[in-house]
Amino acid sequence: MTSTRPLDRFRASGLLWPLVALLVLLAANAVVRPSFLALRIQDGHLYGSLVDILKNGAPTMLIALGMCLVIATRGIDLSVGAVVAISGAVTCSYIAGAGDPTGAGAAFAGMGIALALCAVLGLWNGFLVAVVGIQPIIATLVLMTAGRGIAMLITDGQIITVRNPAYRTVGAGFLLLPVSILIAVAVFALVALVTRRTALGLLIESVGINPEASRLAGLRARTIRWTVYVFAAICAGVAGLMISSNVSAADANNAGLWIEMDAILAVVIGGTSLAGGRYSLTGTMLGALIIQTLTTTVYSMGIAPEITLVFKAVVVIAVCLLQAPKARAVLLRRTRRRHTPPDPDAEAAGRPSTHTPTSAMVEKVAQP
Amino acid sequence: MSKRFLAAVAGVVLAVGLTGCGGDSSASGGGGSDDGTITMGFAQVGAESGWRTANTKSIQDSAKEAGIELKFSDAQQKQENQIKAIRSYIQQKVDVIAFSPVVETGWDAVLLEAKRANIPVILTDRAVDSEDTSLYKTFLGSDFVEEGKKAGEWLVKESAGKSEVNVVELQGTTGAAPAIDRKEGFAEAIKAAPQIKVVASQTGDFTRSGGKQVMEAFLKSNPKIDVVYAHNDDMGLGAIEAIEAAGKKPGVDIKIITVDAVRDGMQALADGKINFIVECNPLLGPQLMDLAKKVVNGEQVPERVVTEETTFTQEQAKAELPNRKY
Repeated sequence: MTSTRPLDRFRASGLLWPLVALLVLLAANAVVRPSFLALRIQDGHLYGSLVDILKNGAPTMLIALGMCLVIATRGIDLSVGAVVAISGAVTCSYIAGAGDPTGAGAAFAGMGIALALCAVLGLWNGFLVAVVGIQPIIATLVLMTAGRGIAMLITDGQIITVRNPAYRTVGAGFLLLPVSILIAVAVFALVALVTRRTALGLLIESVGINPEASRLAGLRARTIRWTVYVFAAICAGVAGLMISSNVSAADANNAGLWIEMDAILAVVIGGTSLAGGRYSLTGTMLGALIIQTLTTTVYSMGIAPEITLVFKAVVVIAVCLLQAPKARAVLLRRTRRRHTPPDPDAEAAGRPSTHTPTSAMVEKVAQP
Repeated sequence: MSKRFLAAVAGVVLAVGLTGCGGDSSASGGGGSDDGTITMGFAQVGAESGWRTANTKSIQDSAKEAGIELKFSDAQQKQENQIKAIRSYIQQKVDVIAFSPVVETGWDAVLLEAKRANIPVILTDRAVDSEDTSLYKTFLGSDFVEEGKKAGEWLVKESAGKSEVNVVELQGTTGAAPAIDRKEGFAEAIKAAPQIKVVASQTGDFTRSGGKQVMEAFLKSNPKIDVVYAHNDDMGLGAIEAIEAAGKKPGVDIKIITVDAVRDGMQALADGKINFIVECNPLLGPQLMDLAKKVVNGEQVPERVVTEETTFTQEQAKAELPNRKY
């Protein structure tokens, strides 16, 4: 099934349908309001709906990247939303209490402390999952519930407003493009480089497919699982900085509320199975973009708030159905399809099973 | 600062003991009227805005002052959390239950349970939409329709002589009483001036991020916006950021009307970035405690108690700002 034709390779990568969905959404917007695609320079930076999508989607992208690696190890991290709240709360409280609340020094120190704390929270999640052996969904539920409380403790339940230009840059600043999307793309490039140009990606997938077999094969399964939780927490921390800096305020109750669901959805839309194993970073980024485009579509098309959630659900279902080969076959009444033996894990998660050279190799690693 | 970090660390340590418990940690412990002191169970909406935190603080402080034992829960804007909290208060046999309903509908079942347990219920700040008014003793809070009207009336006066005024509306949480009523009151008041048109209306969930995101989209999809009407200060503050990012001057190029009058909002009003704020007074703690005592002692209370409120222009905000505690 190895194909050298680029289009076939692209189709096999599972990126085709998310990309189609994204383009259809954008096209629908452009039809309803042609100025949707318009870009212009405003105060030295790009300005337009597309820029908004990138800027507001950056936090979800970052969190989804972290979530993607966690899901690849057959885990899940529900605590990212709470970590977002904690990160913003710590930074804003630090800046507000600093000697010079408008100085860049206060901003960087605050962000440093916040990210260090987020790393500790990630260590905690990883410890529960990889060392204690608690189910990831339960282990991270602990921090999901307690985390927002911790953020409330830090802010005393108040919305803390700061006026710090350096801090503002992270979420609301521009270097032609929004700084937040530049950060998200940089992290994406880094993760892609580290996991795809080295064996690390393969090791992560093998841990996700069979942790015990990977360990017996000589992989440090525990360290790998631990590391991905720390990475996910740091990603959430940076996203928290973006969200809070975008409005120059820390809102412990609402910052990152339900963003874990958006992140998981982004990962799934991007073609990564919740059952672990093979993952797609590009797909995850596309998924996050689809989710944000959807939100912006609702605002700019003027869809009534009462039916917003239904509208979103319909689009998400449509995207998921498009991706499932079975549903596509039924929809297109196509019978001429090569039969691939279903993978029980992928079936259980309601995701299509796709075999590529990479996953075949992983299975060899996983079954010594 | 270090105290807060210690608290955070303590929180992490405490979380170890919480493994597997979801949210509701107030399920145990008996309330009760055995020792003569009044126990009140209060189910708060959340802490979604500066207004709400001031409201929470007022209730907590005045309960302490009035010698009422307060059991407090935060529903994080979810109705199911509030219903859970109210059920746990019923089980704990508190003397009186007070709560601010997240949304207007869906309360009949749990309120009936409270009624059967003979626990009086006081609604604060937001009303419920139920035909059976015997489910609660009284409703203490602002008249949101009136607030919307005040905002609309100011705009009508302001727009006299103009040929066209395009308004965008930032609504509160969909289905919440203040969002529904402030929209209704505003719409009613601007009928007096046919040149005023609401060209777009979306929910910003009462948060700054929501207000900013929605306003960013509005600025792109509506070429001519003259006025922003935000259902609370926080969304208005988010809108200010979006307007500034678009290269326009909030308060001048685009006029902003909000409701609430919390300190950050009053600051923006005094700075000239907001043009008019309708007050919604969160400090209803003392009135609530009075009502609670009366209700528990079986005294008659009026079905509706309205809190006292005013409005602020930019000049009035400058005078009032030093006195704002919340």
